[in-house]
Amino acid sequence: MKMSGARILFECLKKEGVDLVFGYPGGTVINIYDELYNFKGIKHILPRHEQAGTHAADGYARATGKVGVMIATSGPGATNTVTGIATAYMDSIPMVIITGQVPTALIGNDAFQEVDIVGVTRPCTKHSFLVKDVKDLATILKKAFYIARTGRPGPVLVDIPKDVQIAQTEFHYPETIELRSYKPTVEGHPKQIERAVEMLLAAKKPVVYVGGGVVLGNAAEELTAFCRLLGVPVTTTLMGLGAFPENDPNSLRMLGMHGTYYANMAMTDTDVLLAVGARFDDRVTGKLSTFAPHAKIIHIDVDPTSIKKNVRVDLPIVGDVKGVLVRMIKVAKANADKVANLKEAMKPWLEEIAGWKAKHPLSYKHAATVIKPQYVIEKLRELSNPDAIVSTDVGQHQMWTAQFFGFTKPRTLLSSGGLGTMGYGLPAAMGAQAAFPERQVITICGDGGVQMNIQEMATLVQYRLPVKIVILNNGFLGMVRQWQELFFDKRYSQTCLDLPIDFIKLAEAYGAKGFQATKPEDVEAVIRKGFATEGPVIMEFKVAREEKVLPMVPGGASLNEMVLNA
Amino acid sequence: MKHTISVLVENEFGVLSRVAALFSGRGFNIDSLSVAPTNDECISRMTLVTSGDEQVLEQISKQLNKLIDVIKVIDFTDGSGIEREMALIKVTAEDERRAEVLRIVDIFRAKIIDVTQKSYTIEATGSPLKIDAILELLRPLGLKELVRTGAVAIGRGAKVWN
Ligand SMILES: Cc1cc2nc3c(=O)[nH]c(=O)nc-3n(C[C@H](O)[C@H](O)[C@H](O)COP(=O)(O)OP(=O)(O)OC[C@H]3O[C@@H](n4cnc5c(N)ncnc54)[C@H](O)[C@@H]3O)c2cc1C
Ligand SMILES: Cc1ncc(C[n+]2csc(CCOP(=O)(O)OP(=O)(O)O)c2C)c(N)n1
Ligand SMILES: [Mg+2]
Repeated sequence: MKMSGARILFECLKKEGVDLVFGYPGGTVINIYDELYNFKGIKHILPRHEQAGTHAADGYARATGKVGVMIATSGPGATNTVTGIATAYMDSIPMVIITGQVPTALIGNDAFQEVDIVGVTRPCTKHSFLVKDVKDLATILKKAFYIARTGRPGPVLVDIPKDVQIAQTEFHYPETIELRSYKPTVEGHPKQIERAVEMLLAAKKPVVYVGGGVVLGNAAEELTAFCRLLGVPVTTTLMGLGAFPENDPNSLRMLGMHGTYYANMAMTDTDVLLAVGARFDDRVTGKLSTFAPHAKIIHIDVDPTSIKKNVRVDLPIVGDVKGVLVRMIKVAKANADKVANLKEAMKPWLEEIAGWKAKHPLSYKHAATVIKPQYVIEKLRELSNPDAIVSTDVGQHQMWTAQFFGFTKPRTLLSSGGLGTMGYGLPAAMGAQAAFPERQVITICGDGGVQMNIQEMATLVQYRLPVKIVILNNGFLGMVRQWQELFFDKRYSQTCLDLPIDFIKLAEAYGAKGFQATKPEDVEAVIRKGFATEGPVIMEFKVAREEKVLPMVPGGASLNEMVLNA
Repeated sequence: MKHTISVLVENEFGVLSRVAALFSGRGFNIDSLSVAPTNDECISRMTLVTSGDEQVLEQISKQLNKLIDVIKVIDFTDGSGIEREMALIKVTAEDERRAEVLRIVDIFRAKIIDVTQKSYTIEATGSPLKIDAILELLRPLGLKELVRTGAVAIGRGAKVWN
């Protein structure tokens, strides 16, 4: 049967198992929207800004593991998605972004709302396509989804000119796809895997350093099983939080710039470091020349460019984490005597770590009259459902969430790590809630960043998405203020958000509810009320204005040179 | 250290800009770049001459492989390849210098492809080192304009890299 390009688009989405898309109409996608008008089987959510729609598709992808889809019109619609695309790219999130384009005959003519979006997004997409002929559309969409979700996942952009949406062709969807130029290495080298386990079993001070790859690769269960089998200490990056339960006695929690004292000390002293789906980011390594100076490093990653990019690696394993870990478990189980030896040999190491934990646990000073932000996070954990999904914005509140929430399950923390995009939290939570209408979804934001996509309150109310919005209001762009306090002599240049905003009235203006806590004794009541209220809710906490995120490894310092209290 | 790398790519729209953008975006050097279709018209072959330490070269090769349209990356630096380059060279030469230019052209087995009373245009092919050598000899005689293709490379022996 002959179909228009617009119709083919939706048929392809359906074939890919997409049942929900985010999008915003405009001139060059009006044909797509006309097709959607009668199309059955795909739900569409209209955000109030294309950036937010893209973050929502990203939040949907992170929470579900499926490919998120965003549709935008050409020109300004497309450029509005760029921050969302770059955010997803940096954190390896699978997404397909569909943009309208001016008709092929006008491309290059500075036509109305023409932007070379393939060119603009080249450095922040895994791949991109400009569809020039409707006959190629189905195959290109098949490729786009395949590329987005396989190997190291990432966003793929498909730019569809208006005339291609209108043109008709026979619809045929390829069931499988083979790309001779794209064949990710999935299976780890068996010999290398054996060697890795041997190396680990011979260690005296091992550490497992877990990254977002374990979450992306759905391998939290295997990772946890392997680490527990060996009884080794485990630290995770911001992106890896939830891949190993933080309430496990062997959890060192998060490492890096705002990681725990004991995780960073362990990284400095370890003799065998096993990195699993982590990319040795500069927020994690600190000064490279003093990073894990005594360690042999084993690195498992599906992307060869992540390996030896910034640190030396003694034993690389290119492959998908899940399969590699399954094999590692087998090898370890076949060497039960060596596992027993390792447990014996590690005893002094685990004691040393216990000493560090006792000396400098994560902590903060309570105050009688002012709300400490860390206290709000602890209370949120205590009062929320065990399977709650938490998104964060970017800043101090993000780090306090990472430190004090205590994540125990993968895909329960959605946070912009690599790009650090303020304005991410609220729309990402919206995407997660759209995916899981019945689960509790909370976003923890600062008073600065929440205003970068606050318009999405309207979308939450319209689609009955009961996201609970927590604002830790310190009246500052707190994270930047902290740097100014520590490194710029308290010269608070342009970081004070002096205009007090009535967030409760704001919630009400959108048809939602708002509650505020100004004293420590109100915190619990406000959280309970917020959670018990139907629909979207803002919970605003007036918190200590000049609280710092600690520990902190200053930029360029070694991991063990932490500022612990200042 | 200089490396000569062959990159086989799908002959897709925008592939050249992807490769070029990879080099500029990641701060890698490109000394020369040449690109044209191969005997399979769906595949183009690029020859890149680049430089950097071992770690940088490893990243360049991995990053190129990571581009979706790249089919194969071959590093010919270990002497496994033969490199050739062509140069078109315009020299202005009058009087006794004209004979000197002809002698040099002859020694390098180059060709005169255009001639006027005041100038010669020379076509020279050979390894990049040979091109450098002829240029060095021509420069004092009045080298006025130079166009080089950049190196192209192919593997030695019977093995085919398609
Ligand atoms: C204000 C702020 C402060 C921050 N402070 C910290 C901090 O203190 N500590 C910290 O850790 N982070 C911190 N971050 C985050 C930091 O910037 C990086 O985003 C983060 O450290 C990267 O995490 P990762 O190494 O797990 O890599 P990710 O970006 O999650 O990358 C995943 C890796 O796994 C690989 N991979 C993907 N899928 C698979 C698979 N199936 N199999 C195998 N491999 C796979 C990928 O190729 C990639 O190499 C901070 C961010 C902000 C905004
Ligand atoms: C879009 C964007 N602009 C600027 C920054 C730089 N930045 C990082 S954290 C931060 C402060 C955030 O303030 P707020 O949202 O109030 O959170 P807090 O740190 O106070 O918890 C800023 C400006 C950024 N990360 N993203
Ligand atoms: Mg703030």
